[in-house]
Amino acid sequence: MSIFVDENTKVVVQGLTGSQGRFYGLRNRAYGTQVVAGVNPKKAGTDVEGIPVLATVKDAVASTGANASMVIVPAPGAAGAVIEAAEAGIELIVCLTEGIPAHDEALFFNRLEREFPATRLIGPNCPGLLTPGKCNIGFIPAEVALAGGPVGIVSRSGTLTYQALKELGEKGVGVTTCVGIGGDPVPGTSFIDCLSRFEADPDTRAVIMFGEIGGSAEEEAADFIAREMTKPVVAYVAGVTAPPGKKMGHAGAIISGSKGTAQAKMEALRAAGVTVALNPTEAGDAMARIVASL
Amino acid sequence: MDLFEYQGKQLFARFGIPVSPGAAVETVDDAVAAADRLGYPVVVKAQVQVGGRGKAGGVKLANDTTEARTHASNILGMDIKGHVVRVLWIEKASDIEQEYYASFTLDRSAKKYLGMLSARGGVDIEQVASEEPDAIARIHVDPVDGLSEQEARAWVEAAHLDPRATDGAVDVLLALYRAYTDGDADLVEINPLILTPDGRVHALDAKVSLDDNASFRHPEWAEFGGQQTLDHREALAKERGLQYVGLDGTVGIIANGAGLAMSTCDVVNQVGGAPANFLDIGGGANADVMTGALEVINSDENVASIFINIFGGITRGEEVAKGIVQALERVELRAPIVIRLDGTNAEEGRAILKDHESDRLVSKPTMLEAARTAVELAGKGAR
Repeated sequence: MSIFVDENTKVVVQGLTGSQGRFYGLRNRAYGTQVVAGVNPKKAGTDVEGIPVLATVKDAVASTGANASMVIVPAPGAAGAVIEAAEAGIELIVCLTEGIPAHDEALFFNRLEREFPATRLIGPNCPGLLTPGKCNIGFIPAEVALAGGPVGIVSRSGTLTYQALKELGEKGVGVTTCVGIGGDPVPGTSFIDCLSRFEADPDTRAVIMFGEIGGSAEEEAADFIAREMTKPVVAYVAGVTAPPGKKMGHAGAIISGSKGTAQAKMEALRAAGVTVALNPTEAGDAMARIVASL
Repeated sequence: MDLFEYQGKQLFARFGIPVSPGAAVETVDDAVAAADRLGYPVVVKAQVQVGGRGKAGGVKLANDTTEARTHASNILGMDIKGHVVRVLWIEKASDIEQEYYASFTLDRSAKKYLGMLSARGGVDIEQVASEEPDAIARIHVDPVDGLSEQEARAWVEAAHLDPRATDGAVDVLLALYRAYTDGDADLVEINPLILTPDGRVHALDAKVSLDDNASFRHPEWAEFGGQQTLDHREALAKERGLQYVGLDGTVGIIANGAGLAMSTCDVVNQVGGAPANFLDIGGGANADVMTGALEVINSDENVASIFINIFGGITRGEEVAKGIVQALERVELRAPIVIRLDGTNAEEGRAILKDHESDRLVSKPTMLEAARTAVELAGKGAR
């Protein structure tokens, strides 16, 4: 089993005809993902190495049965692309685009929640998600991952997501699903959304969570873990040595008061019974030990 | 992008928020001329992007030309918590009866906008917030609905402002909400928002942080860019579109992705080193971006080794490698490079680097090994 995506996921790529969209669309297909269509109103009727390009997401859903969308369009068009996918009835929208204005994000997050409650948004500004051996949507270099579980991965940072997969892969530990939720201020899917799905997934028996400084998502996750999770969780929070008050890259990573520091997050997670590692390698080692004892 | 007070006020004025007449100046003579023109008394205000300037002596009242000259010459060039004052805002002084506080920002937990309004504005608002949280009236605004006049009025009533301020405050809050949303700001804050004896509500200060991601739809922001106080490394990085934060160690750091870059700083620290900077080349960086990043690191004379930590997803290994080779040809690097390259097209990248490996370019298979080597080399370089 897995969460969010599996071998039945059919993906339409919004932005397939752009250079990044083409590279990753084809890469995802080569991995085995069902990439069924691309969308571009100006290039409808053409194809990208056999993947048909249609005018709208609605057309793609009608003619291919697409149930997931990968949004990889430039930031000014991202909000429109997300809403178009939701209106076409797409169940899972994976928005990879970075640099989307914060007000656009806040607006489409709240519109989806109210008007399209059945639609799940992952991202924006995320690396996508991977169910090894079955489906890869986005940038994750899936070759470093082993299929089959028992570990679920959720991470706020793209590159740390890859690091987590590699640490586990090298130790021979498999992964059910790996979700990069993205580091923007208003992520469509939160740590808690993923943790609760992993808790309910019978094949996931332990979870790795990679957070970073800023906001309070890790503290909220700690709360959820203490109340609801029976499965072991290993966590790492990046930014222990970050100077306070500096904005470091992600819009999300802004330290606010004592809440939001790596120390505060690690303490909250430890108090919730989470094994807290000081770097990604240590997290992989700790998880390998936990898996061996399951 | 954080605006100076006077830029924030210009933005507020565009959205219809009442502000005092004033002038931004860079010399003492211009300050005096502006003060004479505005009419006394005036307030001479240091323009720095750091709190606490009033307590540091950066805000003074001048009653005549002589005082204006004295204050302007004292404040220009003043160092306020590491920020040197280069610009003054000369403003007509206001009669203040009461000081309020108003702001809008994003509540990331609620995923809604958060408005805060208090009858207890002024320099101690943070203390008020922590000691008497009830003294701040909070409102959540759903971005889909926006803020209605009715909601704004109820909010003002909940904050217990002077009844004479109600209408003026409602107008200011509605305009402030538009400045926040239509203005694409991450933060808009007025502290203090004042009530004058004749019953007008008026912004006496302005703190605005604009969302850089929205700059594509705000060509007018170009006028705000020129006067940001950056150190030379940060200015150089900004020109090249890199996310850079200067630190004071000796290991220069380049990574892709903010999370990995922070993690790289953490690991360098854990193995006994000190990062010279945080530098995120972002997603999908090509060879030129990598070369630019190395040039920025190279401009920092404290750097004794350079640790490049790349785990490619959207960033491709061969582009990273080409950038390093290009940089080696183009600039004389002051410090040796240790690289760890993984992920998308990493093998192609490593093949390109293989011919260039030497004691100035070392490749390591893991993040920890690379960190140890970089810290070791930095120790040697420092000696």
